[in-house]
Amino acid sequence: MLRFVLKRLAQALLIILASLTVVFLVVRVAPGDPAALILGASASPSDLADLRRELGLDEPLLSQYVTFLHGVLQGDFGSSWRLGGDALANVLDRLPATLQLSACALVVTLVVGFPLGVVSARRAGSWIDRLISVPTLLGQALPSFWVGVMLILIFSRTLDVLPATADGTVASLVLPSVTLALPFLGWLARLVRNGVLEELGKDYVRTARSKGVDSRVVFYRHVVRNMMIPVVTLLGLLVGNFIANAVIIEVVFAWPGVGSLMIDSITNRDYSVVQAAIMTITVAYVLLNLLVDFLYVKLDPRLNPEHMS
Amino acid sequence: MTDTRPPHGGTPTAPLISLTDLRLTLGRGAGTVDLVRGVSLDVPQGTTVAIVGESGSGKSLTALSMMGLLPPGVTVGGGDIVFDGTPMARLTEREWQPLRGRQLSMIFQDPLSALNPCIRVGDQIAEMFRLRAGLGRREARDRAVESMVEVGIPDAERRARSYPHEFSGGMRQRVMIAMALSLQPRLLIADEPTTALDVTVQAQIMRLLVARKQARGLTMILISHDLGVVSRSADSVVVMYAGRVVESGPSREVLTRPAHPYTVGLMRSVPDRRRPGAALEAIPGQPPDPRTVPSGCAFHPRCPMARDRCRTEVPALRPVGPARASACHFADEVVGDGANLPETNDASEVSGHA
Repeated sequence: MLRFVLKRLAQALLIILASLTVVFLVVRVAPGDPAALILGASASPSDLADLRRELGLDEPLLSQYVTFLHGVLQGDFGSSWRLGGDALANVLDRLPATLQLSACALVVTLVVGFPLGVVSARRAGSWIDRLISVPTLLGQALPSFWVGVMLILIFSRTLDVLPATADGTVASLVLPSVTLALPFLGWLARLVRNGVLEELGKDYVRTARSKGVDSRVVFYRHVVRNMMIPVVTLLGLLVGNFIANAVIIEVVFAWPGVGSLMIDSITNRDYSVVQAAIMTITVAYVLLNLLVDFLYVKLDPRLNPEHMS
Repeated sequence: MTDTRPPHGGTPTAPLISLTDLRLTLGRGAGTVDLVRGVSLDVPQGTTVAIVGESGSGKSLTALSMMGLLPPGVTVGGGDIVFDGTPMARLTEREWQPLRGRQLSMIFQDPLSALNPCIRVGDQIAEMFRLRAGLGRREARDRAVESMVEVGIPDAERRARSYPHEFSGGMRQRVMIAMALSLQPRLLIADEPTTALDVTVQAQIMRLLVARKQARGLTMILISHDLGVVSRSADSVVVMYAGRVVESGPSREVLTRPAHPYTVGLMRSVPDRRRPGAALEAIPGQPPDPRTVPSGCAFHPRCPMARDRCRTEVPALRPVGPARASACHFADEVVGDGANLPETNDASEVSGHA
């Protein structure tokens, strides 16, 4: 087990390094000069050159890269010229809001998506199965930014029952978490439905029935456990989509999280904050994937090194 | 009869389970197909009855119907299943539940796919004691380990914590047997219990089954296409072809003097240890598709002695001697010809795939 953990951690570090490198390059290749943005249109060429030297932007790319990695190793992403203060501290400041939104959306996804999938599977082919498939398909097909705007129009502008933007109340969490959850809820419901249907045809289900245990036991003890294996695998693949959607939704709802900070920083060429934000998101992505991997091994004893015969 | 214990109820000759003109039908409405077409058989208390036949003969479906475990789409289209005096053919899933495991149990062909891959084997057995017998967690676990010892699993205490994939095929089938017998059922249905196992393990598992059967006074239905296994462990044999019984009787007699050309064909396709190198005679052709069963005797296109009458007239299953029946128009001729059959290789260790 320890070897498995160490191997996964090493892979995680490699992924983080790779993403840091890509971010470093993309930010520098993207058009736009931070010095010009900072000093404004009236700046003289010599002022610009001075600032570039100060920011280290006149150095060759490779030496910038080395300086960058050196800083990152010490948790130093530089300081934000726009917000002032340490770039990473600015990002971490925004992290709780993002975690709050994501956790809420995840809960909505699981609490709604899972039962919908189970009901669909148990009544496969019936009107209720078809009824459930409509919103789950729509949820996947409609783009989140559009759904977010529509929900704001309906529930905030027209009905005036829910706040459209973060105001610190629990009510303000509702619209963004529902918008974020919607496509994944549909995904989960379909995954669970198809997973259950596939498992129900397997021999061990017949054995469980032949033991005379209650059909609920057959379902929840025998079928669900096996069905979770493919579901968790596919959920692992969705972690990236989830994070990408969260960024968009933070912007639509002006949610004060890492995502909206990152978008603002990109438009303002606040390199250090962009790098710190992407680093944070990458770490979150890697951690979530690690979690999925461990969960996967926990669920399927055939993959557990302790149970390899 | 080898009825070795006082019967539970009724007279010693009363069957524990009997099928009467059982029809198993696939689909509903106009496009239905009969997969089992009127099977009758009695299984007396304490005996072992074997059902033999090629794949597609309906023998496994017949077995599943006795557990209420027919696959989706297949229903009892007619006839009845009577277990210990109770008609079962129209029970609901909820009514079947208390009977399974306690009255009748089943073991399946492939123990790897039949066991839940994600639950420790000890827990899978303990489920019977915990959920069915209402024992506490600890006690159920201890009983599970005991039952693993009973079926000859070494180091049972530790092995109970393993998962099915960590066991060999033979050990897995032992787990299945332990599970099926945990609540002391009266009838055990073994559906090809050794087919998926290594040849060397097959004999061990059959010996275990016979030993457990004798220790518990079980009644057993053995589904098999292995005539060697059947001749060694069954008291009587029912031969099925295309969803019908074509021959039945005491296994020693049926397998020495078969009264149906299909049984003769099955026996000729079994390797004989005393005639090494002798060519095996496979039955020509394939078993029929249940949607297009041949007219008259369903076996006539493959039968070496088919005549005009066989093509038009469905032969009835009729008595051909004490406790024996055959569904062949010319059963007497077949029995008479029996002399040129190789003797039953009842000591054969080699399985014949009919």
